[in-house]
Amino acid sequence: MARKISYQQAINEALAQEMRRDPTVFIIGEDVAGGAGAPGENDAWGGVLGVTKGLYGQFPGRVLDAPLSEIGYVGAAVGAATQGLRPVCELMFVDFAGCCLDQILNQAAKFRYMYGGKAVTPLVMRTMVGAGLRAAAQHSQMLTSLWTHIPGLKVVCPSSPYDAKGLLIQAIRDNDPVIFCEHKLLYSLQGEVPEEVYTVPFGEANFLRDGDDITLVTYGRMVHLAMEAAANLARQGIDCEVLDLRTTSPMDEDSILESVEKTGRLVVIDEANPRCSMATDISALVAQKAFGALKGSIEMVTAPHTPVPFSDALEDLYIPTAAKIEAAVHTVMKGRNAA
Amino acid sequence: MSTHLNTEQLLHAYRVMRTIRAFEERLHIEFATGEIPGFVHLYAGEEASAAGVMAHLRDSDCIASNHRGHGHCIAKGVDVHGMMAEIYGKKTGVCGGKGGSMHIADLEKGMLGANGIVGAGAPLVAGAALAAKLKGTDDVAVVFFGDGGSNEGAVFEAMNLAAIMNLPCIFVAENNGYAEATASNWSVACDHIADRAAGFGMPGVTIDGYDFFAVHEAAGAAIERARSGQGPSLVEVKLTRYYGHFEGDAQTYRAPDEVKNLRETRDCLMQFRQRTTRAGLLGDAQLDLVDAQVEDLIEDAVRRAKSDPKPQPADLLSDVYVAYP
Amino acid sequence: MSQIHTLTMPKWGLSMTEGRIDTWLKQEGEHISKGDEVLDVETDKISSSVEAPFSGVLRRQIARPDETLAVGALLAVVVEGEASDAQIDAVVQRFQADFVPGDGAEQDSGPAPQKVELGGHRVRYFDLGEGGTPLVLIHGFCGDLNNWMFNHPALAAERRVIALDLPGHGESGKHLQRGDLDELSQSVLALLDHLDLGRVHLAGHSMGGAVALNLARLAPARVQSLSLIASAGLGREINGGYLQGIVAAANRNALKPQMTQLFSDPGLVTRQMLEDMLRFKRLEGVDEALRQLADALASDGVQRHDLRPVVAQQPTLVLWGSDDAIIPATHVDGLPAEVAILPGQGHMVQLEAAEQVNARLLAFLRGH
Repeated sequence: MARKISYQQAINEALAQEMRRDPTVFIIGEDVAGGAGAPGENDAWGGVLGVTKGLYGQFPGRVLDAPLSEIGYVGAAVGAATQGLRPVCELMFVDFAGCCLDQILNQAAKFRYMYGGKAVTPLVMRTMVGAGLRAAAQHSQMLTSLWTHIPGLKVVCPSSPYDAKGLLIQAIRDNDPVIFCEHKLLYSLQGEVPEEVYTVPFGEANFLRDGDDITLVTYGRMVHLAMEAAANLARQGIDCEVLDLRTTSPMDEDSILESVEKTGRLVVIDEANPRCSMATDISALVAQKAFGALKGSIEMVTAPHTPVPFSDALEDLYIPTAAKIEAAVHTVMKGRNAA
Repeated sequence: MSTHLNTEQLLHAYRVMRTIRAFEERLHIEFATGEIPGFVHLYAGEEASAAGVMAHLRDSDCIASNHRGHGHCIAKGVDVHGMMAEIYGKKTGVCGGKGGSMHIADLEKGMLGANGIVGAGAPLVAGAALAAKLKGTDDVAVVFFGDGGSNEGAVFEAMNLAAIMNLPCIFVAENNGYAEATASNWSVACDHIADRAAGFGMPGVTIDGYDFFAVHEAAGAAIERARSGQGPSLVEVKLTRYYGHFEGDAQTYRAPDEVKNLRETRDCLMQFRQRTTRAGLLGDAQLDLVDAQVEDLIEDAVRRAKSDPKPQPADLLSDVYVAYP
Repeated sequence: MSQIHTLTMPKWGLSMTEGRIDTWLKQEGEHISKGDEVLDVETDKISSSVEAPFSGVLRRQIARPDETLAVGALLAVVVEGEASDAQIDAVVQRFQADFVPGDGAEQDSGPAPQKVELGGHRVRYFDLGEGGTPLVLIHGFCGDLNNWMFNHPALAAERRVIALDLPGHGESGKHLQRGDLDELSQSVLALLDHLDLGRVHLAGHSMGGAVALNLARLAPARVQSLSLIASAGLGREINGGYLQGIVAAANRNALKPQMTQLFSDPGLVTRQMLEDMLRFKRLEGVDEALRQLADALASDGVQRHDLRPVVAQQPTLVLWGSDDAIIPATHVDGLPAEVAILPGQGHMVQLEAAEQVNARLLAFLRGH
């Protein structure tokens, strides 16, 4: 049996293996080592949740603590990427994009096109996403659709330790800027991960469950809720096909359409807010390109159109659940019967 | 006057300044015909700054510019016809017609791009300097921003980062007195932009930007400091722009005859010619020859740019990604 | 004297933790003989039949169709001789009270594959059973030691049996030096040396058959017998489209039509089987190794190695599925060997017709 490690360890291992292989890879971010200039330990934190712990010792001079200065160090990572290096910069929480959005939106994402195809910007921005840590409105967002909306960026959102390692290595080797979204509730998730180096290609959805009755499309942490719902629904005689997009840009449209052509039914599950989201985007895609195959309405299970609340009583209502997914599936299935 | 520059270097500096001036003045005329799409921000009047700084740089040194970037591009060695064609939106432009005046870039020449976002070049150049440091080269990186850009947080963050990481980075603030229509003596809280250097623990100087030799000397010191591993500097260059913020700006916010007086008394090209010929370093005939050659260069660039082909419809969709399945 | 046997969920392959009951093939009250197929079970990777390891009367079906049970869970009670229902109830009760379904980690406390560095290359092998002249199992192109999951334990009941991952495969090192048949055969020899095995039985499937034949050619003194299953090296033809297709396939849609060619029952190509193959192919170095080996094996659908002369060197058993779509069963013609063609079977005959293959192998090995 293959070795099992956590999502967090898988990310750490991907970084270590790529830094060992390629001397142009370096890490920059707030407290990615922790303790710069302080009298105590270096590598005191290894990232705010310890994801980069230990890399400072292995790669002295290539794990750079940055000041709390997102425009400065994210911009510097973008600049370094244009000069033949492969920076992996860490934006601690994706919510902090508010500080440095220009460097991603107007600089990194635009260089290649704006400069007539002559620039490459092999930047990876690792960032924590998602709700569930009672971290409230400014440390819990799921901004996948924001990044996906911007041409020039690639957007990755792994759901498992295996995917986290393979997608991160792919991201580091990729010559385009990549926003690598790590769901904070998945860090401790264990899974089989080869010790060897491997890449998981972008734009290739993972069929986690084959089924003929209905297609569940999702990504990130919601994959696990979709699988839980699918297991419950199987006991009720409804066979769900579960697709994990892995990357929202590029997005594996072919697999979504292939599955819906087979099942005729679609529920999209997205932890993000509902307006202009991956959920609406995928719904529109299917409505446009697989309309004839549909046997019922398309349902979306998303967060409400609110900021992420703090109180557990409210946050638990905010985040989609397996029960909500099951209810949405039943709604779609009923549509068929009514028709 | 005395200078350590030889004849070849002096002629090169003059040629750079003259080329910028001719390029911008021709654009001023051509823009009025309506043939040039979008908007352009002209650098005429500020030539000594670009020429004085870039005289110390090689192709592997990196610069980032701003919306008023033509002069920096020419001084860094970007092809003049390619620039003109870009401004005309032609396929033959340095960016294939996809960037335009505000996004001229040539990474092989170390030109990381003009930039439409004020102050955005500063963190990028800190990154280029970081790259040089991590790669172990003695390359440096220079960002040009204006008095307007000097108020952007991006510039402050980049200066702090460059200082704490001891990066080979030079911040050149071209203070032309106006950020769009707002005067810098109103918008900048301190007396000199260079005073802000102290807050980031780096040296800062304010110099006369009409004087090529003053810029050359101050920039040379800052660049040498960076190249030898002593960290970043801020150089404030005080100068003026002859034309509006963008073409079509009537500059009614400026004093009557302000530009006329500066042109007549302070013009950098005029000063350069007077000082070099009086000192016997260059002759009028040599400089006149450069003038004529530059006129031909610009005429050729405009003529070709006008007749060059536009991008094809397929170009709309290319070059968004290196690879996108 | 009577005996109450408990039939439990088997563990097929290294990663199986649970199985889903498909259908019962024997009913309560029926007499079953050792080796009979009692029920069908499917895992996320493969479906197969559970064979009775003992004879007797099937007295109690514990597992229900569609039920998913952990490895080691109670499936049925089989009684040799006489036993009352009360006695059976007591056995069931005690079993269920003591049974703790293991998670993945606990499963590993059983026999596990080992890894060793041989000549700078990592080799994984799985050593089961003891005694007798050892048998070494050599998988085929794109395979690994899990290809023997239905054979390895059964064969190991009578002798020491070692399955390995060839270079470029499974969890062995992926980098090949020359990428030819000699390199593969020598890596098997290196493992024999490491394990201090002088003379062994070799069994090879497909490309692994050619590796075994070539090993016998290189070191005849080391080979007691050869068992060749759908083997390469015995004729000209090989499905070049399959070889190129499997090498090129980078996603499940490209892989599926290739993988289905391997089996007589295409339904065996599960989502998980495709995913496992993709995971293997994504490992760094695999793509290059497979390209090297595919080139070394064949060109335009013609095999490069004729190893037929080696067959007569030692006792040899040749097994083939009649409907093999990768290498035709006609290659058995004229071989100086014990030959069996299994009707209706495809290329992965050792997986699909495991009990028949195991019976043939055991009988052959006992005789040599």
